[in-house]
Amino acid sequence: MEKVLMIDYEKCTGCRLCELVCSVMHDGVSNPARSRIKVMKWESEGVYVPVSCQQCEDAPCMNVCPVKAIARDEDTGALLVDYSLCIGCRSCVAVCPFGAMSYNIIDKKVFKCDLCGGDPQCAKFCEVHAISYVDADRVSVFKKKSAAERLTSAQKEAANLQAAM
Amino acid sequence: MALDRKVAYINLTTGEIEIKPIPLEIRKKFLGGRGLDAYLLYNNTRKGCNPLGPGNTLLVSGGILTATCASATARTHFMAKSPLTGLLGSANMGGFFAPEMAWAGFHHLVIKGKAEKPVYLWIHNGEIEIRDAANLWGKTTTETQWAIRDELGDEEIKSAVIGPAGENLVAFANVMTGIKNSAGRTGMGCVMGSKNLKAIAARGTMDIKIAHPIDALEYNKRFIDQITSAKVNQTQGALGTPFIWGATNSWGGIRTRNFQYNQLEEADDIEPEAIDEVCSETIGPYHMTGCFACQVHCRAQYKIPSGPYAGRYDEGPEYTSLGAFGGEPECRSMETLLTGNHLVDQFGMDNLETGSIISWAMELYELGILTSKETDGLDLRFGNDEALLEMVERICYRKGWLGDALADGGIPAAEKIGKNSFDYLIQVKGMNNLHSDERGTPALALNVATASRGSDHLRSRPAIDLYHLPEKVLRKIYSNPVPYDGPLSSEHTSYVGKAWEVFWQENCYMAVDCLGICKYHTVFLGATLPNFEDWPKVLYYNTGLEMTPREIWDIAERCNNIERLFNLREGLSRDDLKKGDTLNHRYFDEPCRRGAPDVIGLKIDRKKFQEMVDEFYEHHGWDKNGVPTPETLKRLGLDKEPSHLL
Repeated sequence: MEKVLMIDYEKCTGCRLCELVCSVMHDGVSNPARSRIKVMKWESEGVYVPVSCQQCEDAPCMNVCPVKAIARDEDTGALLVDYSLCIGCRSCVAVCPFGAMSYNIIDKKVFKCDLCGGDPQCAKFCEVHAISYVDADRVSVFKKKSAAERLTSAQKEAANLQAAM
Repeated sequence: MALDRKVAYINLTTGEIEIKPIPLEIRKKFLGGRGLDAYLLYNNTRKGCNPLGPGNTLLVSGGILTATCASATARTHFMAKSPLTGLLGSANMGGFFAPEMAWAGFHHLVIKGKAEKPVYLWIHNGEIEIRDAANLWGKTTTETQWAIRDELGDEEIKSAVIGPAGENLVAFANVMTGIKNSAGRTGMGCVMGSKNLKAIAARGTMDIKIAHPIDALEYNKRFIDQITSAKVNQTQGALGTPFIWGATNSWGGIRTRNFQYNQLEEADDIEPEAIDEVCSETIGPYHMTGCFACQVHCRAQYKIPSGPYAGRYDEGPEYTSLGAFGGEPECRSMETLLTGNHLVDQFGMDNLETGSIISWAMELYELGILTSKETDGLDLRFGNDEALLEMVERICYRKGWLGDALADGGIPAAEKIGKNSFDYLIQVKGMNNLHSDERGTPALALNVATASRGSDHLRSRPAIDLYHLPEKVLRKIYSNPVPYDGPLSSEHTSYVGKAWEVFWQENCYMAVDCLGICKYHTVFLGATLPNFEDWPKVLYYNTGLEMTPREIWDIAERCNNIERLFNLREGLSRDDLKKGDTLNHRYFDEPCRRGAPDVIGLKIDRKKFQEMVDEFYEHHGWDKNGVPTPETLKRLGLDKEPSHLL
């Protein structure tokens, strides 16, 4: 079964450990500028949203690549860049709707999430489960469950209010 | 590499900036962070320098592990001669600043002189620029940070800034980053204000090479599991530090009415659970946040639910705000607590000192030592929420006679107020005590009396002493990495072996401050958390530096002794009530009046306390006056200080 990164931004504490371990795993360095995942922050409101590649089915990066350097890994389902083909034109950076294809000004290369070959470090290290690595068909089930929770608690609240009247 | 991060010497008078590498021999002696700052302070200030003059030197640093693949290495350290105490000034904050400074190429800043007009430092990928801060002067702490981002056009800039309190030279003004992370104690923001330095902004994208990346990752995962599996950290992660206040209050270990009582009764409205409820209602179920790469996430987020500041976003309140705006002034309103916390965050002043000094003034007012003449008509009695919040503002902007007097700090204010006001000032070395009561716990009393930056719980507190751990467990912790076969006691009211515990903790906390780690990740609140045995691997995997636990211990001891040398040079003397290793008479004369049966009636025994201090000095290799002996200095390689090696 294909697995995906599921991001529940409400749980994110904004600590950016995911950015750290991503750069250490891939490049052997600590440097968030090299991280494939990035926590976008609204610090004056306390809102933190990790953003990473969605590994799209009909992937704009793959479609736009003029030298066909981006292809899907059969084992993990991740879209990978073949650097022996990549010409560094950054078309993929321009078309990605999530900003998940990045450009590294140090190495002058595009880079993206490769799911760490099936053991994504960001999910492994995120103790609050803002990022988790789950079977692709489970994502909507989790969302259904949390919607159901909201619904039932709203109903309970309504019943309590009615009872108090 | 972490080891290739630089030190920058910045002269604000001349505008000269010199960037140097940090030699390996210096790293091996002092590691980095607070320890190396202590070395730099001792070597870069003259005896008796004016804390607010250009001759004072401000150190800013990250630890040797900052921003490496090690858990919770987000701490930024500030050091200078303190305008509050006239002795060692030192404060440490979490957040994201030190890692950003490290990615920008720097571990240490040595800031000298005084700028002619307001400036800020812009540190970016190996370069440092002194920029005009005329437009920033007068702004609050968060306004300043957002304005710097706007000016430089980068949302990811992290800044350490002062607010109006620092500009107005409030002696306990702090340095802040983010919403509420504060280098709170000893007035480091006041030193920045005196140098016309409004902010230090950093942004970096430079690699920090990890020596053994896969090992570092694996070890970090184990470390994090060890840290997050500790119950104390799980509770911190759910309720933050208010849980400590709540627990110690129910036991009778906090201060109220300026140390008259040791418990706030009827405190239900500001207990940790009540705070949690406000956070949940105003932010949502997941309202905890954390510092860089930390999984403890001990900071709550909230919006003020009511009152003139309703809807304002902030973080906290921490233990110290509960003491400052709850327990000490005997106020019991959530609105006052959250508003007070917000005001000090925005003004950039230490919540602990602010709350303590106002509570002291409240007691003086009730005793008639202060009258409505000095308070300009303000009814400054305990429990007056409005007066409390009004005083916070008066101190920050030095409004009125009393606001101006209190802004200078406790001892100068006592001199101005006169009569016997000093007797009621609950301070050590000129700095007010944490809002906790140590009369039932000799180990903790020794800790606050001897802490190098004045009364403080983060320099040497053996907090686990309260857990009544079996002696076997205590021995396992306290006899490593140096052997100790003297007595130890599981009883918190005992004086036996406590001097060793405080000595051990002092070295433990110095070690984490040099490494750049947060104290929630060592033996502070949890007995099972990492300590000396665990750090050599983290250090090796991340930096390649090979050290034994014993070597890290020796470095910590060396750094603590440098701090001692600085304090002695600036006038520390054992029994001096204003500059010594001793306590306010209330510790010895007035027993605890509230709390659990094992607390009521307790006070510190003067004679046994002095014996503990003697014993504490002996463990250090200090003489009866607390001065390191020549043999001790030689053993630690400090006999030629100041050595000016860097």
